[in-house]
Amino acid sequence: MFNMSLQVGSTHTPEAVLFWVLAPMAVLAALGMLLVKKAVHSALLLAWVMITLAIFYIAEDALFLGIVQVVVYTGAVMMLFLFILMLVGVDSSDSLVENIKGQRPASILAAVGFGGLLISLIGRAISSHDSVGLSIVNTDGNVQAIAQALFTQYVWAFEVISALLIVAALGAMVLAHSERKHLSQRQLSVNRFRQGSLADTAGLPASGVYARHNAVDVPALLPDGTPAPSSISATLAARGDIIATAPFELQIHEAEEN
Amino acid sequence: MNAAALIGHDPGWLIAVKGLIVFVLCVLLTLMSVWGERRIVARMQMRLGPNRVGPFGLLQSLADGVKLALKEDLIPKAADRIVFVIAPVISATTCFMAFAVMPLTGEVNLFGHKTVMQLTDLPVGVLYVLAIASVGVYGIVLAGWSSGSTYPLLGGLRSSAQVISYEVAMGLSLVAVFIYSGSMSTSDIVAAQHKWWYAVVLFPSFVIYAISMVGETNRAPFDLAEAEGELVGGFHTEYSSLKFALFFLAEYVNIVAVSSLATTLFLGGYHALPGLTFTEHWLGGWFCMVWFFAKVIGFFYLFVWLRGTLPRMRYDQFMKFGWKVLIPTSLLWILVVSTLRVMSARGEPRVLIAAFTFGIVLLIMAATSLYERATRQGNVEGLPDSSAEPSFPVPHVQGINRVESNNG
Repeated sequence: MFNMSLQVGSTHTPEAVLFWVLAPMAVLAALGMLLVKKAVHSALLLAWVMITLAIFYIAEDALFLGIVQVVVYTGAVMMLFLFILMLVGVDSSDSLVENIKGQRPASILAAVGFGGLLISLIGRAISSHDSVGLSIVNTDGNVQAIAQALFTQYVWAFEVISALLIVAALGAMVLAHSERKHLSQRQLSVNRFRQGSLADTAGLPASGVYARHNAVDVPALLPDGTPAPSSISATLAARGDIIATAPFELQIHEAEEN
Repeated sequence: MNAAALIGHDPGWLIAVKGLIVFVLCVLLTLMSVWGERRIVARMQMRLGPNRVGPFGLLQSLADGVKLALKEDLIPKAADRIVFVIAPVISATTCFMAFAVMPLTGEVNLFGHKTVMQLTDLPVGVLYVLAIASVGVYGIVLAGWSSGSTYPLLGGLRSSAQVISYEVAMGLSLVAVFIYSGSMSTSDIVAAQHKWWYAVVLFPSFVIYAISMVGETNRAPFDLAEAEGELVGGFHTEYSSLKFALFFLAEYVNIVAVSSLATTLFLGGYHALPGLTFTEHWLGGWFCMVWFFAKVIGFFYLFVWLRGTLPRMRYDQFMKFGWKVLIPTSLLWILVVSTLRVMSARGEPRVLIAAFTFGIVLLIMAATSLYERATRQGNVEGLPDSSAEPSFPVPHVQGINRVESNNG
């Protein structure tokens, strides 16, 4: 299967071809990620960089690492994608105006510092240890060897990092979560009957006076003959576009006389 | 010789031939399954289904495919053109890749070479399938985003949330299989099931996988990404012609892929039903493929059956089900399985193992009955105290002011 690159410093032709085809593409995609205007495009290019890295891992006989790289990072980039859609908006491109003062030098400093940290750590890891060779490490199988290292020698670092990630996730959730109570339709309707008066439970009275004037600007008449202001739209009331109800009232004594 | 060793000796042209066979099988199976689904659903709804084109309407999906290809190919003005074109290609290519690790037969003779009908045997084959599935979602999400329209965007977002949450449940359901078989390679897992299928031994895992595979493929009752009542066509609303055909193809190949994985991991793969193992030597070993596809078609029938039976779930119920039922259940199950595994590996007496299993069963029963009692007595959240006197007159009948609120 994947029995390439056994000796240090020698690569087989297929691996070399793979490298020289994919590496420029990965570098171009990484540059594009920084330079492209739309945030979604840059997320896509990031996904491509992750996948090419996974292919490199697989070519270097780190099959498990390569596959996990795809599973984890494509999922992570997908999350990023969703965040972009939610925070930036669907079709707006990034604004290039700086909002936070001194953000650019600070971020450059942080990037350089992080790069230096990585280089020094990797350099120390490489220079202070003699490599034993892949085949010796993988005698029990690649996955088993990784599990062995992860759950014995590095278990403490592993646990600390996972705790850190969980704290970060919880923190993000607490910050983003707003406590808002949603009542269901059912609860709202029950509340309507249980609390307050029953006058409005079946809806507000409709405007107009029966058989005399049914326009929206005429308040309804209550049983006692007074106009009901709740039957009129608040906007009309504010504008003063309301017709007085008095002419439409039924004159009871008149009716009795006739 | 095991599968990995046999595959290792394949010459390049044989790998190409195998790839071609797998590809052709997938496309044929898609054509047949579209037809089959329409016929089966029609039977369930007392209709006939497509029966005009060819014998029994068998060529209907071929005719539909040709029709789709001849339709006008539209790209909306508001669409992001490059991503709009890439999205269906991602969907349609990734869906085939999962078949590279599916063992379709045991040792067979292909053009004079002793080999197995499996493209490659990775030591982490099952993880590879998961990885491919997670790349495949990009097709749907990008299609939704790049259409430059509201409904596709909503469909794409829904499907990404859906696939991410159900992939967690799916991955967890596979852990028990890994623990029991001691391997993540598909051929090893099939070999480890020679005595008992994992659908029997690890029944809860099988159920969780079967549910999450429906969620993973965006199929009814979990087809919220393309809920036609709410989102027109969901993520593929703006797609027409061949691009739409690619999504269509991807959906059905994905169904076959998850069914194949289920067959491989839980139903003994290409092996025959218990008691019929003599059939495995028929046709020089090729008869195994019949068994494999019989099981896959069984799963496909399940998919169609679900679609014909169940109404679509509401989105929040669906998410709640994934995160609050499937994932905790599978975590607990993994705990139980690994404990049992360690116990049997240490050679603990059988009585102890049986007692542990019995204790777990008792605990689950106690927990469910407690939960049921709690929900029966509990009031609906957000309601005022039902024992308070209502503000409106009620006739003096006992218990009238207590509103029944069981299913809020």
